[in-house]
Amino acid sequence: MKPVGILALQGDFAEHGAAMRAHGIPVRELRVPADLEGLSGLILPGGESSTMLKLLRIQGLQVPMQALLESGLPVLATCAGLILLAREVIEPSQESFGLLDIKVCRNGYGRQICSGTFELSGELPAGTRAVFIRAPRVLEHGPEVEILARRDGDPVLLRRGPILAACFHPELEENHPVTAMFVAMLRARAESESPQEPGAHQAEMA
Amino acid sequence: MTTHSPEIPGFTAEEVRSKIGFCEQLKGGVIMDVTDAEQAAIAQEAGAAAVMALERVPSDIRKDGGVARASDPEMIQAIQEQVSIPVMAKVRIGHFVEAQLLEALEVDCIDESEVLTPADEQFHVAKRGFKTPFVCGCRDLGEALRRIHEGAAMIRTKGEAGTGNVVEAVRHMRAVSSGIAALRGMDERSREKQATEYRVPVELLTWVAESQRLPVPNFSAGGVATPADAALMMQLGAESVFVGSGIFKSSDPARMARAIVRAVTNFQDPKELAEISKGLGKAMPGLDVGSLPEDQLLARRGI
Repeated sequence: MKPVGILALQGDFAEHGAAMRAHGIPVRELRVPADLEGLSGLILPGGESSTMLKLLRIQGLQVPMQALLESGLPVLATCAGLILLAREVIEPSQESFGLLDIKVCRNGYGRQICSGTFELSGELPAGTRAVFIRAPRVLEHGPEVEILARRDGDPVLLRRGPILAACFHPELEENHPVTAMFVAMLRARAESESPQEPGAHQAEMA
Repeated sequence: MTTHSPEIPGFTAEEVRSKIGFCEQLKGGVIMDVTDAEQAAIAQEAGAAAVMALERVPSDIRKDGGVARASDPEMIQAIQEQVSIPVMAKVRIGHFVEAQLLEALEVDCIDESEVLTPADEQFHVAKRGFKTPFVCGCRDLGEALRRIHEGAAMIRTKGEAGTGNVVEAVRHMRAVSSGIAALRGMDERSREKQATEYRVPVELLTWVAESQRLPVPNFSAGGVATPADAALMMQLGAESVFVGSGIFKSSDPARMARAIVRAVTNFQDPKELAEISKGLGKAMPGLDVGSLPEDQLLARRGI
């Protein structure tokens, strides 16, 4: 399988790498445009979205990344990553890739003192919890955006086509169901792309 | 480099996720000392991952002398209103009331810092009682583990703040790394002896011996003055860099700030680092650490 690319400008990209490798998925850290070739998927990690935006521009990644995000590859975006994908960002308003039809408020649950672990409801195993850190709050979403999980009524796990976006951090926990969900998306995509791969996979299993 | 397993001796699973998890988000970023809202805006615009609010940068504290205390709440709030990135602030070593005050102000992280005048010569703040994550300085593995045992969610080298001289930060980072390496393959009795010497529980020491890293993010601070200094600390194993006087005591702070942010992301790319380092103007004036009288060495405080 081709590596999944993890935006490694700033933030918890190493934790995403460890979470993918634990599922046997190869990873590549993305810092310059040449790193974007031949990927099976993309991860936009947690961190400071305003810092990442500046570095995306400085590193010449903004334009090629936009094209890659629009190409239909599976994408996992967590926390700051979700902010980078939103159609509209407030408090303060800032630029974004605009691929996910949501309006999002930065630090919408408050400062670090409001961070913590909360129970989710929705299409995840009962009792699934997740850690929210200075998390963004989704205020509005378009009709094409599926809501997969909520925290006290707020949408916090969203999907639109190949894009999976979370306000929280599955990468900070071992075996979080959202990580498994993204791994399944990566494998399904890899298998549909190369007809040989399912056979190879079976041979490996035998 | 690995997903933190929720079992770190002395920490609850909730603390690992929300306190240490917060510190993970700062990795690969630059935390900049600022003394007012205007500097905070410059730091954020340059791409800082967080700002540290303090009354005087370390080089001025050094020059002015006197007792250095936690900052005026009004100044901290002005900075909080100015920027959307996390705002940290410093308390004196052992001054748990200054820490209570900063928690009441909802700062995102508290630095229990040797740069301020220590308030307690015997004890550090009992950091577990706070919901706010703490960062503490260290000179070696023993100090790092004592602070983690007290509840620090992030460790930084002390370096020698306000000198613009990276030599002490390098010394401290190497001491932490070699301290961790020395634990490799140590038998149980030797670990117990080492834990007694470090004055930490053997379970914490064993965790580090087996994982071969600290259980919390390991950042660098104290004397970083140029993009090359920042990249040096990253290549030596720091996961992020605090820059104090290095930015706002340089001749072109906005430019120096942008350059250091780029250097931390591109720390493994010498060509890029050469490009970044061009035409930055004057770095902060430096001090030879060897020429400082012993009572002016900040790193000796709170060990």
